[in-house]
Amino acid sequence: MLHLPILQVVIPLMAAPLCLLLKRPQLVWLFALFVSTVAFIISLLLLQQVSTTGVISYELGGWQAPWGIEYRIDQLNALLLIIISATSTVVLIAAQTSIEKEIPKNKHTLFYILYLLSLTGMLGIVSTGDAFNVFVFLEISSLSAYSLIALGKKRQALWASFQYLIMGTIGATFILIGIGLMYQMTGTLNMEDLSQRLPQVAQTKTVFTAFTFIIVGICLKLALFPLHLWLPNAYAYAPSIVTAFFAATATKVAIYLLIRFTFTVFGLSFSFTTLPLQGLFLVLGLMGIIVASSAAIYQKNIKHLFAYSSIAQVGFIIIGLSTNSVMGLTATLLHLFNHAIMKGAIFLALGAVVYQIGNSQLVNFSGLGRKMPLTMAAIVIGGLSLIGVPLTAGFISKWYLLTALIENNWWPVAILILLGSLLTVIYVWRIVEVIYFKEPLAENTSVTEAPILFLISIWTLIIANFYFGIDTRFSVQLTQSAAQSLFGLSP
Amino acid sequence: MNDLFAVVMLLGIYSLLSASFFVAMDAVDVAFTEAAVGAGISTLLMLVVITMTGRKENTKRHKPFLALIVVIFTGGLLLYGTFDIPHFGSADSPIHNHVTPRYINDSINEIGIPNIVTSVLASYRAFDTFGEVVVIFTAGIGIMALLSVAHHSEDNHKIAAVNDSMHERYLVIRIVSKILIPFILLFALYVQFHGDFGPGGGFQAGVIFAAGIILYSMLFGLSITRKVISQPFIQIISAVGVLLYGSVGLVSLLQGGNFFDYNVLLTDPVAGQHLGILLIELGVGCTVTSVMIMIFFNFAERRELQQHNNIHNKDLES
Repeated sequence: MLHLPILQVVIPLMAAPLCLLLKRPQLVWLFALFVSTVAFIISLLLLQQVSTTGVISYELGGWQAPWGIEYRIDQLNALLLIIISATSTVVLIAAQTSIEKEIPKNKHTLFYILYLLSLTGMLGIVSTGDAFNVFVFLEISSLSAYSLIALGKKRQALWASFQYLIMGTIGATFILIGIGLMYQMTGTLNMEDLSQRLPQVAQTKTVFTAFTFIIVGICLKLALFPLHLWLPNAYAYAPSIVTAFFAATATKVAIYLLIRFTFTVFGLSFSFTTLPLQGLFLVLGLMGIIVASSAAIYQKNIKHLFAYSSIAQVGFIIIGLSTNSVMGLTATLLHLFNHAIMKGAIFLALGAVVYQIGNSQLVNFSGLGRKMPLTMAAIVIGGLSLIGVPLTAGFISKWYLLTALIENNWWPVAILILLGSLLTVIYVWRIVEVIYFKEPLAENTSVTEAPILFLISIWTLIIANFYFGIDTRFSVQLTQSAAQSLFGLSP
Repeated sequence: MNDLFAVVMLLGIYSLLSASFFVAMDAVDVAFTEAAVGAGISTLLMLVVITMTGRKENTKRHKPFLALIVVIFTGGLLLYGTFDIPHFGSADSPIHNHVTPRYINDSINEIGIPNIVTSVLASYRAFDTFGEVVVIFTAGIGIMALLSVAHHSEDNHKIAAVNDSMHERYLVIRIVSKILIPFILLFALYVQFHGDFGPGGGFQAGVIFAAGIILYSMLFGLSITRKVISQPFIQIISAVGVLLYGSVGLVSLLQGGNFFDYNVLLTDPVAGQHLGILLIELGVGCTVTSVMIMIFFNFAERRELQQHNNIHNKDLES
């Protein structure tokens, strides 16, 4: 029990090179699934431990922080760890079936190794309490992400991955520059220690520069409008499984970093006063919602459509942050969680369609409602959750967001948010129309329902969508107390 | 500049200059790494790529004004940020007064090796170094996933023939390198095991060792190197390196310490630290060497494939 924080990261990490020794793809898949499940169980145990005993600190190498590296798990970390390991496990169930048709056989083992490394990277970023350690694990997760995306079947995947590589590397370098400047002014890399030592030098130009670089770097990673240009192609051309995994986790991890740096490391009073962050996040978030949702309406490829929708959802999440209130932060965290389950489900369902018909062009979805009823129902339910229809998880987070905005008396923003949801209705309706009210294309008449492993993983997430839309005790309690402790209030 | 060969050479020179810059600032370990990685292996790898892509860059179709503005803005911000940085070497700057004093004063008692940089990298912040090794491993796997090609055993002799005829021309280089390579490899081993006392360690050693082997295969052909080092073998070594590093941590868990707590490895804590550092440096060396060779192999095999196709096309034409 004592070593859970480190085992959370090291087990998938050590499993990755072991896969190289196992070789046989089928075996490697089962092994990866097992490892991911173990990681999920550990994250649940960690959450339980955090909620009973409070923040867990783990000193690596037995060296006391700030001399050594510290792992630090509080409720926010525990929430993110659960999101990452849970979606990773569910997505892996369908992985073997899906990559059969999308990735050449001799690369399957390598695919799982990269997948596990990517999982490791994200878990590591979330678990650590050391600013430089964040960068190291950011590199692991990014490098594996670039290669995973480039494994896509079409040639455009290479170009998409290259674009992401350039943007991602700039983002990572910015973060590194920021961390370096902070080290120069404080002499420490430990986040807890930084938060205590930064206020003394807060008024210097160097700390201001460090803050700017870190924020811009992270915003590149989380695809905040207008730094989102890498995302649509990366999501559309990556192998379906990779898209499902990243759509549910990758931007979430970046948002976690944003919260961690603004709230914990720099502290609220600094973050929201030195830069006009509140206004900036609000405007960019709103523009993101409106522009990306409108772009989504005109997409011909459904993967592109939902990729734009992801950018819009980042907008909702960021607006929650900009309210600077416990309620708003709760909405942000709730939407992190809920968006992961809905987008995971939707992209998995798209993966199933790609498995059956070979592509994800909207035209090809004509009449599939009758051919693949369960998969299509999943896409529609995921879409309803995106809109925020009651009884789905999406409703809960939208509700909290609106409450937070009204608390702040930001009525115009609340109206624009509703307008954004209306745009969501339009693009979801376009899909519904094609799926249920058109005749199937001639070449798709013999299409059948998706394989069972696909259905299991898709419907696990869909059921979660309903469950967390009805019984909100777990998600709301957890996010609320995480938000309260970030604001320095005792839960 | 659109001559890629010149660009690569300039990059190498840039790395070498920054390495000497680091020496001037008393950061010899960083300088050594920069020289070995920046000026050494990455130049080699980029040269291999140029043999495939051709020497000239295509003419640009757009004018990158926006990029220029972003660069100027970022550079300006960086300059602005340096105004309040404490002067270089000033005794009261925070980096000298917070974490560092313990490293300088106590590391000799706690870890027992004279090179403080190695103490920090391999023990105080061993987990970061572990992460870096995994980054390198990830890079190797990524490149393998993207570039690896199925083998074309037929026609291999033809390529070999082409290569051999090419090599006849570089007689001087071949002989000089043949004399030098054993010393390069020996030097790599020295760097590997001397990291506790002077600048060096697994990273630099691995890169130097790999550079020796890559140099050999560039001059004498891939087929000869492959007789000694096969792809599957080198893949296993790269995984073993990471596993070796990680298992040091796992063993310390089993001995009742925290992850990477070398004190519990042996009854004497300082001896435990020595053993831990030796083992993890070995792990680093294994992974770095094999990943570098792996990257080179994958590039070179692509090149072989290209040559193979060229020969094939020529055969078709004639």
